[in-house]
Amino acid sequence: MIEVKNVVKSFEDHVVLDHVSTTMRDGEVNMIIGQSGSGKTVLMKSMIGLHVVDSGQILYDGRDLAEMRNKDIRMLHREVGMLFQGSALFDSMSVMENVLFPMEMFSHMTKAQQLERAKFCLQRVEIPERVWHLMPSEISGGQQKRVAIARAIVLEPKYLFCDEPNSGLDPKTSLVIDALIQDITREYNICTVVNSHDMNSIMEIGDNIVFLKEGHKEWQGNRHELFHCENEALNDFVFASELFKKVKVANG
Amino acid sequence: MRILRHIGEYVLLMGRVLRIPDRQRMFWRQYSRELEKQGLQSLPIVLIISVFIGAILTIQAKINTENPLLPTYTVGLLTRETLLLEFSSTILCLILAGKVGSNIASEIGSMRITEQIDALEIMGVNSANYLILPKIMAFVTMMPMLVIVSTTVGLLGGWAVGAFTDIITIHDYLIGVQYAFNPYYVWYGIIKSLVFAFVITSMSSYYGYYVRGGALDVGRASTDAVVNSNIMILFLDLILSKLLL
Repeated sequence: MIEVKNVVKSFEDHVVLDHVSTTMRDGEVNMIIGQSGSGKTVLMKSMIGLHVVDSGQILYDGRDLAEMRNKDIRMLHREVGMLFQGSALFDSMSVMENVLFPMEMFSHMTKAQQLERAKFCLQRVEIPERVWHLMPSEISGGQQKRVAIARAIVLEPKYLFCDEPNSGLDPKTSLVIDALIQDITREYNICTVVNSHDMNSIMEIGDNIVFLKEGHKEWQGNRHELFHCENEALNDFVFASELFKKVKVANG
Repeated sequence: MRILRHIGEYVLLMGRVLRIPDRQRMFWRQYSRELEKQGLQSLPIVLIISVFIGAILTIQAKINTENPLLPTYTVGLLTRETLLLEFSSTILCLILAGKVGSNIASEIGSMRITEQIDALEIMGVNSANYLILPKIMAFVTMMPMLVIVSTTVGLLGGWAVGAFTDIITIHDYLIGVQYAFNPYYVWYGIIKSLVFAFVITSMSSYYGYYVRGGALDVGRASTDAVVNSNIMILFLDLILSKLLL
């Protein structure tokens, strides 16, 4: 579980996060949504420790990020998996080497055990064996995302962060990635945090949704509550398109 | 103020780079890759430039020493001293700053803008140490060898002038090359090249590591890395020449 308590973050005079508090639970897909510039990415980067917050607390199962030394943060990061917007696969390594990398760096497994685990993870995300030896630039965007998921889960993380996991993907592949994130979250009881403004994703997999507006937490709830919410700012954002307005009407 | 910020960031970065690697095996693997990439792949350009410069130095030395008061072996002597003292250490490093430095800055810069460095950090890897230390160590290892190869090939270039033209005889050239040889000058060149190798790799890594933005910024960082490495090499050349000679 990750608890965010009264977090304030500003860049020079501009306050980007203004007393944001929320809780991200294990075994759930926790989504941070909001318009561009609402502070989603800053909140996620603050949670990971890439930004130092001005005030407030971020607690990883009770462990305060602000009180950790650099070494402790690096140790914490070994419990974290991250799926980046652009996949961030190492382009000098093959698909298999990318998945092996975290194990070579941090695990004490034998080479055979590492290979076994990498194969398992690649099969879990349905990456065909014929592409295992290819370089990231030689596979499709959807496959890159799946390899990135395999790399993120290979060390069995307790926390999984996904930054815009569907950006640049076609709707069908987006559904596959969403389903994969949801399945993995349930299967391994991971605390998953997804930063997104993809309405399909929000409605498909959002167990716990945090809506940010201009640095404030405007609303929090699940995807079922989303349809019956009276918050004007949230409705403006989520049901901006005619299609989603019809979906809302259809859901009563 | 900007220069102070650069110096501060550079020192902090080196503080993260110059540490014992988390995984020795991974370090040695990266190190051997960098030896090949920075050292062996630089060999062709070093050979080509050195042989031509050696030949050109010989021809120019001959033209500038057309004086009956100067012994005929002066040409070989001048070629040797120029190669040993300046070309094979300093000028070669200026050239390699263009090749190796821009390569390092653009490689690390691309990794930065495609979030690969963030990915390393989030895995708990000291990205500066993992990416930069093998590059510095590999180039510092290879540079003395490149200097020795460059000097040798440069001298062969001068010999070729004697062998294939009537500008100077091989006999005179070889006497000049051996005349009043001071072995310390070899060490002087090697010591300078070690310092310059560190400057090229560390400064280029710094410019790549702190890139912000997109592809254009990577290009800019690469140019800055080469220009500033060159300035620093020339500045240090002046200091080292004063201190070591």
